[in-house]
Amino acid sequence: MSDQKTDLARRKFLKGIASVAAASGAAASAPAWGGSTLSDTFADFFQAHYQRMTEEEVQETLRRIERKAKRRYGVDISCKDTPAQDNVVFGYAINISKCRGYRDCVHACVEENNLSRDTQYIRVLEMADGSIDLLHGHHYYESDSVPHEGRYYLPMQCMHCDEPPCVKACPVEATWTEPDGIVVVDYDWCIGCRYCMSACPYQARHFNWGAPQLTAEQINPDTHYLGNRPRPKGVVEKCHFCVQRTREGRQPACQDACPTGARIFGNLLDPNSEIRYVLEHKAVFRLKEELGTEPKFWYFRDV
Amino acid sequence: MTLLYLFRDAIKQMFTGSWRYWAWICLLLAMIALGGWFYVQQLLNGLVVTNMTNQVSWGFYIANFTYLVGIAAAAVMVVIPAYIFHRRDVKDVVLMGETLAIAAVIMAILFVVVDVGRPDRLWHLIPGIGIFNFPQSMLAWDVLVLNGYLLLNVGISFYIIFCHYRNCEPKLNRYFPFVIIGIFLAIGIHTVTAFLYSANTGRPFWSNPLLAPRFIASAFCSGPALMIIGLQLIRSISRYPVPQSVIKQLAIIMTVSLQITLFLIGVELFTEFYNEGEHAASARYLYLGLNGHNALTPWIWTALVMLGTATYIGTTHPLRNNMLFLNIACVLTVIGVWIEKGMGMVVPAYIPTPIGEIYEYTPTFAEIAVSIGIWGLGLLLFTLLVKAALPIECGTLRKPGVDPKDSICPLANMEKQ
Repeated sequence: MSDQKTDLARRKFLKGIASVAAASGAAASAPAWGGSTLSDTFADFFQAHYQRMTEEEVQETLRRIERKAKRRYGVDISCKDTPAQDNVVFGYAINISKCRGYRDCVHACVEENNLSRDTQYIRVLEMADGSIDLLHGHHYYESDSVPHEGRYYLPMQCMHCDEPPCVKACPVEATWTEPDGIVVVDYDWCIGCRYCMSACPYQARHFNWGAPQLTAEQINPDTHYLGNRPRPKGVVEKCHFCVQRTREGRQPACQDACPTGARIFGNLLDPNSEIRYVLEHKAVFRLKEELGTEPKFWYFRDV
Repeated sequence: MTLLYLFRDAIKQMFTGSWRYWAWICLLLAMIALGGWFYVQQLLNGLVVTNMTNQVSWGFYIANFTYLVGIAAAAVMVVIPAYIFHRRDVKDVVLMGETLAIAAVIMAILFVVVDVGRPDRLWHLIPGIGIFNFPQSMLAWDVLVLNGYLLLNVGISFYIIFCHYRNCEPKLNRYFPFVIIGIFLAIGIHTVTAFLYSANTGRPFWSNPLLAPRFIASAFCSGPALMIIGLQLIRSISRYPVPQSVIKQLAIIMTVSLQITLFLIGVELFTEFYNEGEHAASARYLYLGLNGHNALTPWIWTALVMLGTATYIGTTHPLRNNMLFLNIACVLTVIGVWIEKGMGMVVPAYIPTPIGEIYEYTPTFAEIAVSIGIWGLGLLLFTLLVKAALPIECGTLRKPGVDPKDSICPLANMEKQ
């Protein structure tokens, strides 16, 4: 965070602009500007970085996001900003001897997270038995007839690295690690340069090349600012460990949907959690560990 | 007041010219209009109008950006001989080199601007009201050095022009420190641009300490090549005396840099392919094709043949001293490096993706059109600046009250004409 002095200067600057916006907003309170009011358009443009907002500004922003969703999709959503819980750092482990490649996690994730219907956060690779070479995995296998003979399945998504190269790459700090270890994106601060996508060794980041393809019926109205709220075009997004669910003690949608119990999610700081049991008792490994990214995403086999 | 006269006279110069001059300006304006139209489409619809994907997330725009940073950096190849080695003949053209650098940096910055998904949020980069992730992000470094280099070149060139316009000699000790900073920044902009790529450990094709030296070497091929062509054009359409010795000097710089570039490419090919592992997948895609995908293979071999031919011409004295052959070598170098350092460097790093997906990329017409627009804008800027600078440098344009007969002549070779 920057020092207080510049923060104050910025606040003053933005306040001035906000009052101009409010004045002009009053003049044109009828929806204009592509369905948005003038004041909302101004507020959108001058919206501060999430971590720099006061509590009051956050609440205003959340309500504005709800209004925007109503205008765009005609749907009443609720947008929250549940903070990270104390003494929680999330981690994930996948039992690759249980995964059958059904891709139920992929589809549950799409629905839960209001993903554009051409985007998927989770990619399941079909791998040949005896090899862990990612370059030889199959990305587009048919999931109707799985599991295939001589193959095993390797689901991948954002690894929520402890040393995330994407966070380092971002020129405007639009992506960062939350106290509970989730690597998040402020979709309203991202400038869309896509440098983070080049930096990520796991192909976990996705860009909104056009406006997201999402219909009103498909919208999940339970949303989080750092999570599954509707995204604008021209910004990067990624898996956020279902922040809207997991910060309220629920499972991420992918774990919920998995019919084989291959997915284990939990608090790495809780010595009694299932994930801690796995890490302590199974031979676990991580992908591309040699890059020093310290993923909080492990794989293991039963036998 | 003199400043206002300078602007007035400069603008007057920009608006007077032969029909050839106006035809050239109209061509450039048409290029800009084409680019502008397609950029509006991109703003309305998003970057879907490009062929970039989540797999190949940077393409033609960033390829051109990288190439142009090299052109901008190459201006040091006239700055160093002029100011460090005190070559009077090179000093006569140093302003042209700096003008080229200004145009190239502005084009490079524009290529990043059109590549960004949310240009309306570029103010997020401004420290204070925005957040500038410096020194963490290499992109932040690039923004800093590119703007610094631009400012420095604008400042130095403007100081020299303004002095000449007032009919006095610029005082070297006043701007020499900035020249030195400029020399370091020139190397800096291209090194930082290389680090932008080589910082990505997940992409072995880029993550390679040879990238920065290769960038610098190939920049010193394409930059001098472009300058040789440009200086001849300026010499033939104006009475600006470009000494042949400068052309020869640039031709030698280009030749030696081409030799180094080919050597470095050879070094890289050996390391990639002698014990070919996963790290070589992108190189295999580029040079030989991967699993039947080989969209870039004909391009890179064309580039290598071009660079090889140019090296041969440059290395053979009778050929290099023959202007026809030298010009052929320059054109081959300009295009060859553009392919090799542009698409040939940016795109293969994404193919295959770090998790093994192969997704090929060719730019759409929209991407090409927007790029044509930016090239048009850069050429227009260069043309206008040179148009205004030439009469001042030749001593025919001075501030009001100076008799042209009294005007000091900044050019060493003017008398010989």
